[in-house]
Amino acid sequence: MGIATREAYGKALAELIKENERVVVLDADLTKSTKTSEAKKACPERHFNMGIAEGNMMSVAAGLAASGQIVYASSFAMFAAGRAYEQIRNSIGYPHLNVKICATHAGITVGEDGASHQAIEDLALMRVIPGMKVFQPCDAKETREMIKAIAEVEGPCYVRLGRSGVDDVNDENYQFELGKGVVLHEGKDVAIIATGMMVQEALKAKEELKEAGIEPTIVNIHTIKPIDEELIEKLAKTHKVLITCEEHSVIGGLGGAVAEVTARRCPARIEMIGVQDTFGESGTPQALLEKYGLNAKAIAKKVKEVLQ
Amino acid sequence: MDYKTHATNIRKNIVKMVAEAKSGHPGGSLSAADILTVLYFHEMDINEENASSIDRDRFVLSKGHASPLLYAVLAEKGILKEEELSTFRKINSKLQGHPNMNYVKGVDMSTGSLGQGISCAVGMALANKIQHNDHRIYALLGDGECEEGQVWEAAMAAAHYQLDNLCAIVDFNGLQIDGDITKVMNPTPLDKKFEAFGWHVIVIDGHEYGQIEEAFAKAREVKGKPTMIIAKTIKGKGVSFMENNAAWHGSAPNAEQLAEALEELGGSR
Repeated sequence: MGIATREAYGKALAELIKENERVVVLDADLTKSTKTSEAKKACPERHFNMGIAEGNMMSVAAGLAASGQIVYASSFAMFAAGRAYEQIRNSIGYPHLNVKICATHAGITVGEDGASHQAIEDLALMRVIPGMKVFQPCDAKETREMIKAIAEVEGPCYVRLGRSGVDDVNDENYQFELGKGVVLHEGKDVAIIATGMMVQEALKAKEELKEAGIEPTIVNIHTIKPIDEELIEKLAKTHKVLITCEEHSVIGGLGGAVAEVTARRCPARIEMIGVQDTFGESGTPQALLEKYGLNAKAIAKKVKEVLQ
Repeated sequence: MDYKTHATNIRKNIVKMVAEAKSGHPGGSLSAADILTVLYFHEMDINEENASSIDRDRFVLSKGHASPLLYAVLAEKGILKEEELSTFRKINSKLQGHPNMNYVKGVDMSTGSLGQGISCAVGMALANKIQHNDHRIYALLGDGECEEGQVWEAAMAAAHYQLDNLCAIVDFNGLQIDGDITKVMNPTPLDKKFEAFGWHVIVIDGHEYGQIEEAFAKAREVKGKPTMIIAKTIKGKGVSFMENNAAWHGSAPNAEQLAEALEELGGSR
């Protein structure tokens, strides 16, 4: 297993803050968890701890951006997208300011801290803000590329990062292309469209399904908004069923985004693997993924079901 | 032109805009008209030429509902065309109900959701520190706005980072939509609270030009901490039937009331 996307974020940000003097980093008392502590080490004069006050942090980020800085603001997804939603919407989104909200500890793999800290709604909340770009990398390499790429993107971005380690899906030659889905494997009948840590689970499910002679297409969607509409339409036209996989509520996240595209462009059967309109709970990440049906086994089972 | 003349022009445009739009917030726009007159005609280095640039002093209207005041001030400065004021709050207008920085030259931050503007001003002051420039950042808050928890998060941060390039003003008119601020949700004593949060506090009469000028001058001299000017004002100042009446927080005068208001302000021009 590789490192968590939050760790890759910390390393990338530490490089970026030295490379680009417009970059400023804000954190809300979670520097060691979000890994912005790495950027602080690299460039303490442009890293500011804003304390346990996420709403203020987002509006401060807006003020810095209005003064020409590129701001990376981090907290846990629950307190970034959740608690500070309206500050993100009105201070950052409405004036379309150059703030990159990099939220860690997204989804149920937060684990033992339980439901109060498990953001399963953040993609929905961020996706609906006009002009907000929404990303979720699947591994360390993609995170690194993405964090650097969005520094060049004018306007607000939301990056969803995980607490737990994930497999290295991409090799060293991988190049991140904003807004483009990545077909990791060409199969037939079923296309599994996954994001974040669910990409590794989709790839594991593919191995499990080999024995049954089933070969699904596997797609990584790292840019949830703007989503790769052409690719989704193509997948819908060439497969019987699309299965979306995300560590997020089945309402308003990747599944919703894919369904919005197919509903308009090419009506298709879609199954959604995600958190089923319920809160999470305490437990190890692995136990939670098992209980909430968010692992390779659950994906493989769903593929078999839809092909029956 | 003296302050009084500028402020009277600004007040006339405020009531005209709100009457024309048949909506808007006259009370809290009129109360802070004298403060912004001194700020824009004496204290800040903003003019028609540098209005589009961020390389100057900047102002955040944290009480964004007082947008008629900001637009009227920008028109008085020649940054905004006066004839555009009649489009306020109408469809396809640059002059939104609450200010949008991307639509109007000279508007330095989009505001409207109370409590957020002061935090944005903290970010701008922090940026000036990072960039090692001497520009100052100003923000105008409502007294009712100080009921927002975010104001105190911002106050903590401004003191923590020793933002002596930040000067905020509370338009202390004592009234919010639902009535007397001390009866709705008492935010006082604001002077002691901001002092306790690490700010330099100056209390003035917000309609006395000399006191306003002097407070801004003192704020420039304060080092190592931000300054809060608590300006005691009269809501609806200048239009007798609007003065000290919470009903005029967010309602528009009709044609007859507008004529009466303009008459009091020295006749329509």
